Amino acid sequence: MSVLAVQDLRVGFRDGTLAVRGISLDLGHGETLGLVGESGCGKSVTSLAVMGLLARGAARTAAGIRLAGEDIARASERRMAQLRGDRIAMIFQEPMTSLNPAYTVGDQLSEVYRRHRGAGRLQARDRAADLLARVGIANPGLRLAQYPHELSGGLRQRVMIAMALMCEPDVLIADEPTTALDVTVQAQILRLLQDLQKETGLAILLITHDLGVVARMADRVSVMYAGEIVESGTAEALFGRPMHPYTRGLLDSIPVPGKLRPGDQLKAIPGTVPRITAAFRGCGFRDRCGLADRGCEDTIMPREEGPQHRYLCRLSSELQGQAS
Amino acid sequence: MIRFILRRLVLAFAVFLIVVTVSFLLTRLSGDLAVSIAGPNATAEDVATVRARYGFDRPLPVQFAVWFGNLLHGDLGTSYLYREPVADLLAKRLPVTLTLGAVGLVLAVLVGVPLGIAAAVANGSVWDRLIGLVGLVGQAMPSFWLALLMMIWVGVYWQLLPISGLDDWQGYVMPGIVLAASSVPVLMRLTRAGMVEALASDYVRTARAKGLSWASVLLKHALRNAAMPVVTVAAVQFGFMLGGSVVIESIFALHGMGFLAWEAISKGDFAVVQAVVLLLATIFILLTLIADLLNALIDPRLRIA
Ligand SMILES: Nc1ncnc2c1ncn2[C@@H]1O[C@H](COP(=O)(O)OP(=O)(O)O)[C@@H](O)[C@H]1O
Ligand SMILES: [Mg+2]
Repeated sequence: MSVLAVQDLRVGFRDGTLAVRGISLDLGHGETLGLVGESGCGKSVTSLAVMGLLARGAARTAAGIRLAGEDIARASERRMAQLRGDRIAMIFQEPMTSLNPAYTVGDQLSEVYRRHRGAGRLQARDRAADLLARVGIANPGLRLAQYPHELSGGLRQRVMIAMALMCEPDVLIADEPTTALDVTVQAQILRLLQDLQKETGLAILLITHDLGVVARMADRVSVMYAGEIVESGTAEALFGRPMHPYTRGLLDSIPVPGKLRPGDQLKAIPGTVPRITAAFRGCGFRDRCGLADRGCEDTIMPREEGPQHRYLCRLSSELQGQAS
Repeated sequence: MIRFILRRLVLAFAVFLIVVTVSFLLTRLSGDLAVSIAGPNATAEDVATVRARYGFDRPLPVQFAVWFGNLLHGDLGTSYLYREPVADLLAKRLPVTLTLGAVGLVLAVLVGVPLGIAAAVANGSVWDRLIGLVGLVGQAMPSFWLALLMMIWVGVYWQLLPISGLDDWQGYVMPGIVLAASSVPVLMRLTRAGMVEALASDYVRTARAKGLSWASVLLKHALRNAAMPVVTVAAVQFGFMLGGSVVIESIFALHGMGFLAWEAISKGDFAVVQAVVLLLATIFILLTLIADLLNALIDPRLRIA
């Protein structure tokens, strides 16, 4: 039973950019799904579209977005506001700016609980103190009275996580939650998310451009490129037998402990993510792909490599031949 | 927070001392006061008498010390025009001007801030442009012209409000509107700019991701952060309104401080002019202080300084 099932999600902007082009995602109870891809490939737009938080001027369509069985693709703004922060919560990349500088940590934590649970001031405060303790913040009483500028980046991200979990949501969307943090703090935050998930059965959609983070955290992985999922599968299958040239490119561009010898060069993928409009046909990666030929300008049909392992490339057998 | 308040108080007092000194020097150095007080037909002997009576023959530092000592006792000298202590005159006139300014400020905030919020919410749409246009027209319209238009239509033609004088509270309405009119566009634009920025911020996105009501997102999370420049400028605008009362009070024949100042300037009643300048400057200092303290209440990050 999936707690979040997104089917054929599409988002277009007024300037003609198609930022998300028919994405489907499936997230089960207690599961972590990694959504990876370079910056600009549409990960944040996807998460905001699921939350119903896209800016005005963005057009969203979907065959369905089911949250714990309820289709929220056509839910009213009023209903969405009830679900956000309660059943589905989100944390962002920038802990420095994501908290309101004008209110105390306690106030910002409490207001979620008061809004969704109708709790009183004191009750919400107790709950906030509990949550701060749960996310590993010492001396919650002191922290509640502090303002965001009095906290470090790592602490603020912990506060954001506590805030997201105030109402015990089914789903947490974490959009690059550790990108802005130091490496050591990064590891602490990731461990915290894992621990919380074990305790509560939280389903996490973990968005990142960092395959290292995904390898550590995710049960399943979807690789996103230019608004599409170009490959998806279990973490094992995807890392063990990457089928799409883009996935391979991403894997080649991260250092693998043990495999990398001093003096070796990491291979970066040349070029950047293209902007795609309605007239575009074929594979979005073809301009940066070493294998591409004229055939890649036609619509690409999805292929399967074992159960649940899908990818969008017509030349992957050649790729596999090359790799061996 | 207490250290912050103390620092601001000390700073405000230092500025006050400078203002006192400058306003003293300005009147003493702007020509021979004894000659203008004695009048055009006075003999040299008369002038000498005046000079001795007012102490103008003594060295400047001594004059300053005497004047400053009197000032601290609330003695601002005597108006030679009214033959009355300046302090008493001001005590009678200041409430009229302060009330007028308060009416103007409250009206300006009540109209300007909601318009600014509405424009920010409607950012880029027809409504936004329409509100902007109203602001532009308001800005371009001179106060005296608006005052005359209102007198003609509201006062004479429809006879809704008195056109001059202060028989009851109604006398404050028209001049208050005229004073507010020039501040509304300023407050509106600032509110709009602040709100547009706040609404695009990460913390407003967080507030929405928490499922908070639209009212809470707008008025709690965004407005508080947009309010700081508005508070600062509203304080300055209030000062301008008090200064601008010179024009408005003479048009509407309200006997406030502005009217008094206008008379005093045109007739060379130096003690009154000096006192009014000093008073206005002091009010400005107080307003700035109040704005600083309000901003520190709004934004905790300022309280450290
Ligand atoms: N408001 C917008 N108007 C037009 N294009 C946008 C807008 N927001 C995002 N985009 C485009 O959508 C694409 C995906 O952006 P985003 O989801 O932020 O990428 P990322 O994967 O780095 O999170 C980018 O090409 C970006 O330029
Ligand atoms: Mg992003």
